[in-house]
Amino acid sequence: MIDLIAKSAADGLLPVTIGSMTLTELPLREMHSIAPFKGAKVSAALKKATGVGLPDVGRGTAKGGVEILWTARGQYFLIGATPPKLSAAITDQSDAWCAVVLSGESAPQVMARVCPLDLGRMGEGDVARSLVGHMTAIIVKRADGFEILVFRAFAKTLVHELREVMVSVTAQAALPD
Amino acid sequence: MRHDTKGLIDRAERRSFTFDGNTYSGFKGDTLASTLLANNVHLVGRSFKYHRPRGLMSDGTQDPNGLVELHQGNQITPNLRLTGQELVNGLDIRSQNHWGSLDWDVLELNDLVSPFLSAGFYYKTFMWPKAFWEKIYEPIIRRAAGLGRLSMENNSDRYDKAFAFCDVLVIGSGPAGIMAALTAAKAGAQVILAEEDFIFGGRLNSETFEIGGKPGHIWAQDQIAKLAAMENVRLMKRTTVTGAYDGGTYGAVERVSHHVQDAGDAPLETFWRIAAKGCVYAAGAMERPIAFQNNDRPGVMMASAVRGYLNRYGVAAGKRVALFGNNDDAFRTAQDLAAAGVHIVAYVDSRADADITGDFPIYKGAHVTNVKGRKRVEGVTISGAGDIMADCLGVSGGYNPTVHLPCHMNGRPQWNEQIAAFIPVPNMVPGMEVAGAAGGTFSTHGCLKSGVFRAKEVLKSLGLEGRAPAIPKADASQTQIRPLWTVPGKGRAWLDFQNDVTVKDVKLAAQENFKSVEHMKRYTTQGMAPDQGKNSNVNALAVLADATGRGIPETGTTTFRPPYTPVAIAAMGAYSQGHGFAPQRFTTSDELSREINAPMIEAGLWYRPSYFPKDGETHWRQSCDREVNMVRSAVGIADVSTLGKIDIQGPDAGKFLDFLYINTFSTLKPGKVRYGIMLREDGHVMDDGTTSCIAENHYVMTTTTAAAGQVMRHLEFVSQCLRPDLDVQFLSVTEAWAQFAVAGPKSKDLLSQVLDAAPDLPFMGCGDVAIGGVKARLFRISFSGEHAYELAVPARYGESFFKGLLAKAEAMGGGAYGMEALNVMRIEKGFLTHSEIHGRVTAGDVGMGMMMSKKKDFIGKTAAMRPGLMEDREELVGLKPVGAVKELNAGAFFFASDADPIRENQQGYTTSVGFSPQLGMIGLGFLKNGRERHGEQLKLVDHLRHVTTQVEICHPVFLDPEGSKARD
Repeated sequence: MIDLIAKSAADGLLPVTIGSMTLTELPLREMHSIAPFKGAKVSAALKKATGVGLPDVGRGTAKGGVEILWTARGQYFLIGATPPKLSAAITDQSDAWCAVVLSGESAPQVMARVCPLDLGRMGEGDVARSLVGHMTAIIVKRADGFEILVFRAFAKTLVHELREVMVSVTAQAALPD
Repeated sequence: MRHDTKGLIDRAERRSFTFDGNTYSGFKGDTLASTLLANNVHLVGRSFKYHRPRGLMSDGTQDPNGLVELHQGNQITPNLRLTGQELVNGLDIRSQNHWGSLDWDVLELNDLVSPFLSAGFYYKTFMWPKAFWEKIYEPIIRRAAGLGRLSMENNSDRYDKAFAFCDVLVIGSGPAGIMAALTAAKAGAQVILAEEDFIFGGRLNSETFEIGGKPGHIWAQDQIAKLAAMENVRLMKRTTVTGAYDGGTYGAVERVSHHVQDAGDAPLETFWRIAAKGCVYAAGAMERPIAFQNNDRPGVMMASAVRGYLNRYGVAAGKRVALFGNNDDAFRTAQDLAAAGVHIVAYVDSRADADITGDFPIYKGAHVTNVKGRKRVEGVTISGAGDIMADCLGVSGGYNPTVHLPCHMNGRPQWNEQIAAFIPVPNMVPGMEVAGAAGGTFSTHGCLKSGVFRAKEVLKSLGLEGRAPAIPKADASQTQIRPLWTVPGKGRAWLDFQNDVTVKDVKLAAQENFKSVEHMKRYTTQGMAPDQGKNSNVNALAVLADATGRGIPETGTTTFRPPYTPVAIAAMGAYSQGHGFAPQRFTTSDELSREINAPMIEAGLWYRPSYFPKDGETHWRQSCDREVNMVRSAVGIADVSTLGKIDIQGPDAGKFLDFLYINTFSTLKPGKVRYGIMLREDGHVMDDGTTSCIAENHYVMTTTTAAAGQVMRHLEFVSQCLRPDLDVQFLSVTEAWAQFAVAGPKSKDLLSQVLDAAPDLPFMGCGDVAIGGVKARLFRISFSGEHAYELAVPARYGESFFKGLLAKAEAMGGGAYGMEALNVMRIEKGFLTHSEIHGRVTAGDVGMGMMMSKKKDFIGKTAAMRPGLMEDREELVGLKPVGAVKELNAGAFFFASDADPIRENQQGYTTSVGFSPQLGMIGLGFLKNGRERHGEQLKLVDHLRHVTTQVEICHPVFLDPEGSKARD
């Protein structure tokens, strides 16, 4: 027998607080990709099974601890629930991502340095696929900041790069006029 | 020297800096340039080629002479502009481009031999002997004609880059820019107002005239306060917009902390990429000089700069100031100087009919023909009036609208006779409107009006409307000008101060038939280097037009390219230094591998262990040999998580795979694995790997580590563009699993200790298993040739699972093995990596031609059958040394034993080599028609390492050709 010990992607690296901002790692969550086959209508079945149906493009919907994020063309991530049998390709993505939340007053300034999108236009629950630094990422606008998902193996780079920008933004805010 | 009352400086805060070791003091609000002038320092640099003494010429960032080095610790920032750098306590500034001292420059001798250094002298003089150029001439010329230096240390300064977005970007905050920003902001647009200076207001800060009954700079401050209070306005000072690019994107550099003594962790500069739906360009105009003999002497300045230094910084540039102009604007300087009590020794206007009067000597219809003095103006010669003592000469040849940005997308400006200057034409940059002096509108009232009008045009295109602000009262007079480019006479008259180009050089270019303005530029170097001809382009092309007998409009301008001002590469590359250059991917076993001293090597973005040294092993080969023997005799563990894993599902998944791979996958049954090769559309091998059928219509494709991204992109392309008819979905699951190879004769024993219930998988079989109730996947595949498995667990358990596997393996005489051992074992087996499938080989070349299905179509099938890809190919072979020399190197070439080792005789090359503990040195390579030549002896020559080895060609599978070990 081998004792299997679960370890999150950014284990030991987070949280960090710099200036007005905090970067925290989200706990490991059950997460499945759902990509409906041609012509398949899976929203109703999903809603019945999990309480949440498919969101619009660029959006997420959440209810009772379950959330579905649009993540790509014809692709969604179901978070916090097990998907029912559907006419869709389903893969287990629970272990594939490093999920962090950047919160605080200056979070938008940090994001403006790592992501080329106009994130000011994102409302709460909006989802975008873009870059964070050189890494492809899923970005979700939350009430208190941004949830960022990158591939699990990028965890160290993600934390390092965000830290560096958090330090810079904080120092810039303290400069005289 | 400092005037008692004038200037927008804070006299309560005294600051000082050092220039070449001497301390100079000024006030908060000063630039380094105004501080030096206040301290009566005019000589600030040496010219590029002749090392002539040069002084400050202007009060803006276009100054061609005031370029210096900033020294901080071991860092040197070269080409810092004195006119743009705010006075900060303790700055260590040093002059550049001189041998010896600034005051006594050895290379000033160049000036005496100047007849030999005229335009084009490089091309004429240093042609022969050819070999001398690189080794002798060029280094000397570079040394002599240097600008600033670099420290040659790694950059330790912090830089920053960022993105910004807006509806309307307003560039420049003079009267036009302020009105444009107000108009856009009132209409509700998201506005960014970018100003290069450290205070808003543009030229208003340097002038004395009024707007709306208030001094211009006070009016500007009031409007900026209004803008600052609006939520939809972002004010960005110290920000130079450097380029206009496609799609409304603008580059900009913000000087974040150059004005701070200790900036802590703040960056020096931020490079911005601003995406703007519309833009009002109101960057103003720049005064241009007139060419006459010795017009480059320190103390000869632009007339606008002389009054700018007085009005903004309270600095009189001389005690006895002469002025020389061809237009009404120059007269403003005379008025401001006179009002401040500065002695005007002569006002020279080239126009005989100029309508000017004043309480100082006025010479109409006259020219300044020469300047006396060397390191400082001592006097001027006026045509018809002789020499007059003066210590400063203000010159105005008129104004050039700053047309750079509007021309960045290859638009050409238009010549305007009335102002004798080039102005932008509409729509040169989509979405950009040009307002104020940048568009050729020079009166203050005109600029205010133009700002409102141009902003409204931009708003209209965005579908926005609002009440425009009222236009305040201001001077509406148009300045009159009569063009004057050069003053006739002897001696050298300077056009381009930064590159030491004279009127004579431009005429020489024309004479030698470099008549196009672009040719003239390259022949004379006029308009190059940091200032990019901001002060000289129009004058030079006017001289060229005259020399070639064409008009100025026909002569045209050179091409304007970004950046408008120099941008530090470090700013554009912010956060990308060192490891920031590329992200790093770490496996779940990474930390543990490092703990047991495994050196890590890069594989794409991933890091993988090279080998796992044991006590007493002093050379990597010892570890590698041990690991190979360990796998071949017991059991080895290797992390193979980095290989790409793509989950493919759907009713047409099998068809999709058949279209991708050269062989058939739709017939693969659940629980089975098959090796496949896929081609690019051009018929060459793209990648190889195994694909497993997990369940009906559900497959997991494995790619090589290096090509995982490329294969994923290929799948997307095939699915979206080539076969949108197929009902298939796929997604990377690479990161979801931590996957380990368990290889060797004892691998099955090990698994039986690990798995909840070990299935009896056949070779190339796969299935779900469980480890302590955790779902895992088992594949019986082998890249070592041994009885072997790959076991995938959810990535969260990767580290603990690797640790557990190692402990079990070690108890059985096994352990971890790294990339070196993995490579040796796959060479022994003739298995491929991207060393072999390097992008130029076909399936046939690697011995897989028989796999190409005749029953179906697949990507690359037709292209692979092109003539040239089918016959006389270099084919995969094995090789081993047979002579005294045993060394094999990848990249070495095959030659017949008796042939000259030259290009024409080469017959192929090696791709991989390794030391097999069992077989000695072995290698893989490609040899012309190699499959028919097993047993042949050839000469292998490594020209780089100077090694020649006699080798025997053999089958590429060295060990267990029947594959019985993997199957048993």
